[in-house]
Amino acid sequence: MKEDWILVRFGELTIKGRNRGRFEDMLVRQVKQALAAYPALKYTKTFGRLYIQLNGEPYEPAAERLKDVFGIVSFSRVIRCGHDLQDIRETALQAIRQVEPAPKTFKMTVRRAWKAYPHDSQEMNHLVGAHVLRNTPDLKVDVRNPDTELKVDIQPEGTYVYASVEQAAGGFPLGMNGKAMLLLSGGIDSPVAGWMAMRKGLEIEAVHFHSYPFTSEQAKEKVVTLAQRLAYYGGSIKLHLVPFTELQTKLAQTGQEHLIITLMRRSMLKIAEKLAAKRGALAIVTGDSLGQVASQTLGSMNVIGRDTSLPLLRPLVMMDKLEIIRIAEKLRTYETSILPYEDCCTLFVPKSPATNPNLGIVLKIESQLGAELERLVDEAVNGTETVVLTENSRSDAPAAAEDKWF
Amino acid sequence: MDTLYFDHCASTPIHGRVAETVLEVMKIHFANAAALHRAGAEAMKLVDRARAGIAAGFRVKPDEVVFTSGGTESNNLALKGTIGSLARSAKHVIVSSVEHASVYRCAKQLEEQGVEVTWLPVDRYGSVRVEDVTAALRADTALVSVMHVNNETGTVQPIREIGEALARYPQVRFHVDGVQAIGKVPVRFREWGIDMYSASAHKFQGPKGVGFLLVREGLALAPLLAGGSQEAGVRGGTHNVPGIVGMAQAFRLATESMPERRERMFRLRRRLLELASTIPELVLNGYGAEEEEKTSPHVVNLSYPGMRPEVLVHMLEKHGVLVSTQSACSSKSLQPSRVLSSMGLGEDRASGSIRISFGDEHDERDIDTLGERLRMTVDKLKPLERSRG
Repeated sequence: MKEDWILVRFGELTIKGRNRGRFEDMLVRQVKQALAAYPALKYTKTFGRLYIQLNGEPYEPAAERLKDVFGIVSFSRVIRCGHDLQDIRETALQAIRQVEPAPKTFKMTVRRAWKAYPHDSQEMNHLVGAHVLRNTPDLKVDVRNPDTELKVDIQPEGTYVYASVEQAAGGFPLGMNGKAMLLLSGGIDSPVAGWMAMRKGLEIEAVHFHSYPFTSEQAKEKVVTLAQRLAYYGGSIKLHLVPFTELQTKLAQTGQEHLIITLMRRSMLKIAEKLAAKRGALAIVTGDSLGQVASQTLGSMNVIGRDTSLPLLRPLVMMDKLEIIRIAEKLRTYETSILPYEDCCTLFVPKSPATNPNLGIVLKIESQLGAELERLVDEAVNGTETVVLTENSRSDAPAAAEDKWF
Repeated sequence: MDTLYFDHCASTPIHGRVAETVLEVMKIHFANAAALHRAGAEAMKLVDRARAGIAAGFRVKPDEVVFTSGGTESNNLALKGTIGSLARSAKHVIVSSVEHASVYRCAKQLEEQGVEVTWLPVDRYGSVRVEDVTAALRADTALVSVMHVNNETGTVQPIREIGEALARYPQVRFHVDGVQAIGKVPVRFREWGIDMYSASAHKFQGPKGVGFLLVREGLALAPLLAGGSQEAGVRGGTHNVPGIVGMAQAFRLATESMPERRERMFRLRRRLLELASTIPELVLNGYGAEEEEKTSPHVVNLSYPGMRPEVLVHMLEKHGVLVSTQSACSSKSLQPSRVLSSMGLGEDRASGSIRISFGDEHDERDIDTLGERLRMTVDKLKPLERSRG
């Protein structure tokens, strides 16, 4: 009797003390949700690990999906067989033949957790390893730096054999570290920042500022598409669409052209903070990367972030643009991000934005606006429209008709 | 007397649901899909969804689907677009001698422009041999074009084998005209190493005037028409939004039920062959019931040697049965069928053939009726037989 299994290894959360059980359950739930398309799978949780019995479901697509579940460090395709030595030997051979590309060297590691087993680990290493060597012409043993480690784990209920380890996303299960608001523009950086935050166990709600009708419907669609990509990693995601036109127009009228971006960013953070309070979020995540644009100089960051009391998390702050693009490509957000639709800032981009804005002047302008500014901030918050997106959802009303047509 | 329509190779009746869809989309989403405003964006979303649906059916990326006006354009784009995109050095193409006119004539045009063309022979069933393909390859070969299902005989070409043989020649593009194959014969675009695949909506119960060409990622094609940048610049021109949506729906309907439909059509085909075999004047062109895996289930080609086929067609029509002679596209010419001639069948058979093709609306009773009327027609025509020399 041979069965196909996947052995899933949990990551950093195994060190999380007395909350660990809860976090593991969280992760198991998320794995089940991610693999919901394969109903025949059977799950067995053990200490720090999860065994998934394939039960006839295909390994490859399930494995592809598993790679994107946060909190999983690695997993292996495992064949479970009985305790019969010949059976174990054949299974070991089968396991090493599944490895692609075919390894040239291997190391045999037998673990005998079931102490009643007649042969000890050393003997078993030899008994199984020799059989594999005999039957695999070009394979050699290399205990120092093998291409493949062939592992046999003898447990009371059966023997688990595997020869490959696939790396997964790592990080923490989604939501384990609480909730944050992500400022999601249509650009390349913010979706990447969102993904990095999610990988660290943060549940994300996205906030997008739009200047409709100055900006187009397509610009909004673009953000919806980006949020949907993040929803692939999170099951579903809330997207808050904030009407920013009036506030922006007001700020533009102050005549401080080179400070407009600074003023806009500060307002965005004020709005995001209010939304965070409503949504029970404890941080704001942005896609800022140091030095990339005028609003991301150290001087700008200082002035922009000044009066926000929530932690401002900037996962990309020390990264190069090329590294960020590489991740965006992997997340498949890049191709959407580079679509050439104007966003809320393009309309008001000054010819020479301040790279080192003066906090005193900024505060003075804001205090001159006074209650007006506060009113516009509140209006933006109250006018915010929230949509819940899943990976496949679409945002518009004709959806029902569309479904009928396809 | 009901008229029985047995000319599905020429065009299929549009699926009722698809017709409704086309009408609705036409009424609601009239905006230009390339327009910047909301109405345009909505129309474009429908185009994208249609593209995603078709791409999923072939397990390719959405960007690999190029919408066209139909099979003829797809085929022209594949051949001329390939030649147009390449440097002067690679100017040899290999085309089977039984291709549809839209590939055949296109290759003839290229020949006039100085491209060298090797015409692949076929055996007496109309099959291309893989070894003939590899033997024809040269250092400057740019393209091999072989149809998937022949539109006159239903013969299925060994596409997979050709694709595998061509895998060792990555510079040679492999184009397959799949117009008659969609919904009737399985296609594995990537696994079989196909680079371009043509299709036309009205051959699988979709609307006329719309089709697509699958183009493997990374292949450059020169556009046939100078114009806008729709379809990544390969095929400018305003999107036929209702047609494209209708095509995607028809495509899904045709492909998702293919195994059962194939089985059913093969049953009908067997029955027709059985009935035809009792009429000694008629001979079958192409594969019989014993080699079904080499033929498409929806077409039967019969010859009445010594009889002009249009006489047969008109007489059958008088008896309420619509069939065609050779392919509809060339039915007005009185030349012997090029396909049957290539199969070495002699003028008597090649100039006396009718094509019977059927689809989902037919059942056993229709086939029996067809059989009776065939017999009746042949009996009436017998005295008119020309000498069989």
